[in-house]
Amino acid sequence: MTDLFPLWNSLRIAAISCVIVFFAGIFAAYKVARMPRVLKGILDVILTLPMVLPPTVCGYFLLLVFGTRRPVGKFLAEMGVKLVMNWPGGVAAAVAVAFPLMYRTARGAFESFDEDLAWSAQTLGLSNTWIFWRVRMRACRQGILAGTVLAFARALGEYGATSMLIGYTPGRTATVSTTVYQLWRTNDESGAFFWVMVNLAISAAVLLTVNLLERRERKPKWRLK
Amino acid sequence: MALEVEIEKRFGSFHLRAAFTCEKEFLGILGASGCGKSMTLKCIAGIEQPDRGRIVLDGRVLYDSDRKIHQPPQKRRVGYLFQHYALFPGMTARQNILCGLQGEKDRRKRETRGDEMLDLLQIREIASLRPGQLSGGQAQRVALGRILVNEPDLLMLDEPFSALDTHLRLKLQTELKKLLAGYGRGVLLVTHDRDEAYRMCDRIGVMEQGQMDPVKKTKELFADPETRAAAVLTGCKNLTAAVRTGEREVFIPEWKIHLTTGKPVRDGLKAIGIRAHSFDPDEPTNRFPVRILQETEEPFEWISEFRYGEQSPDSPAVWWRYARELRPAAPPEALGVSPENVLLLY
Repeated sequence: MTDLFPLWNSLRIAAISCVIVFFAGIFAAYKVARMPRVLKGILDVILTLPMVLPPTVCGYFLLLVFGTRRPVGKFLAEMGVKLVMNWPGGVAAAVAVAFPLMYRTARGAFESFDEDLAWSAQTLGLSNTWIFWRVRMRACRQGILAGTVLAFARALGEYGATSMLIGYTPGRTATVSTTVYQLWRTNDESGAFFWVMVNLAISAAVLLTVNLLERRERKPKWRLK
Repeated sequence: MALEVEIEKRFGSFHLRAAFTCEKEFLGILGASGCGKSMTLKCIAGIEQPDRGRIVLDGRVLYDSDRKIHQPPQKRRVGYLFQHYALFPGMTARQNILCGLQGEKDRRKRETRGDEMLDLLQIREIASLRPGQLSGGQAQRVALGRILVNEPDLLMLDEPFSALDTHLRLKLQTELKKLLAGYGRGVLLVTHDRDEAYRMCDRIGVMEQGQMDPVKKTKELFADPETRAAAVLTGCKNLTAAVRTGEREVFIPEWKIHLTTGKPVRDGLKAIGIRAHSFDPDEPTNRFPVRILQETEEPFEWISEFRYGEQSPDSPAVWWRYARELRPAAPPEALGVSPENVLLLY
């Protein structure tokens, strides 16, 4: 019986980081979309960089921040949170790498949002919170859903930054992607193949879910009276 | 007094300045696109903040730069019908209308009010359709219902018919006018369409490049536009520079003729305007020889482009429009204009 820890570990890392990225990405996208042009350009570059940098470079920067001898890492360690060589570090790595995907797709959706909708809602006396969730998010749902799925898939497949930050310890920090590499490296070809298939299955399931959600969205177009 | 507005706002090189009052009437703001008319509505609604000025509605101060008052749009009780109606996607027509009823917590009362509005606007049969399934006219009604159900103290319509097919416009304009006549509050209508403004509005203010002319009664504005912008926006086709030469006489340099005017000419005259319909082959006054350059046939009218005998060749041709049944057997040798049809523009 194969130890299924890497699957469980990958899923919890992807799920937690996906939730973090969902809110952080939407928040950043909403704020940046309404900033003046210069500030917007600068922030946009900073927030998107992790997407174009090699994941190992992201991992390097994460170690600079969260390393146990660094101020932030030290502070967190004193609080009882150890990221380096522990699975929560995987969440940090996945968040860093997946964030730009959520941020960019959400920002694109927010920018194409017809501001008249929000304005008309305001003149109708609706609160800004209500408008954000019921009108803006509703109108931008396609983009936000797409961003979430992309972020989840990216978090699930994260390898570079993860291996730098939390390494590969069977039963403690091993994820699906680091396991594939480790097994392949140690000539366990059938083991690697098993985890490749697991990865394929998860990815296919994610894409299938998205397609089903989208179809459900489009279906009740003309309802019979 | 229903609405008092006196505001100024600068953005970049654009300078918006508007001052007017609106009673329980249809007040039009007529202007070309980008002249600042929508911005004026946004300032009244509280979506945009003016740099300085004052907005008062039924005694409530909505904005006052001196007293640092800038009420949020939610508190202003101003209805705003957007050009493309801004219906919320993913909600049915009924849900859209009920959105306007946030204040009413009792669910049964909400439903009743919603149904009453659907009946008033005769859109009960489309109550369960979503915005994407509605025609332009239906969408307009739903958007209007969503506003009226809230009973705002002022209604603002931003180019309400421009998203509709031309053949629908006239019908919906008459219907809307009838519907809102019983509503008994001020209605502010923004448009670039002179026919729409003429049909719908009791009074009109012309706006050009952010500057709003004093508001005039609709018929007075069309009879005597007084400014170049107002003449153009009310559909005057022939505008040319003019010089005062007598109490009721002007000289037109481009046409090299003297015209007698109906009104006394004041100092500071800049130009005159003559509507394309104002020329008449049988009119004895202001009658001068013309040369017809081109004639265009339309379903119910003819358009003739002509030049006066001495007119300089680099100046634009003059437009004359007349009904088909008035078409003379031969092109006229001369055309006259009655003095009151010479519009004096300052």
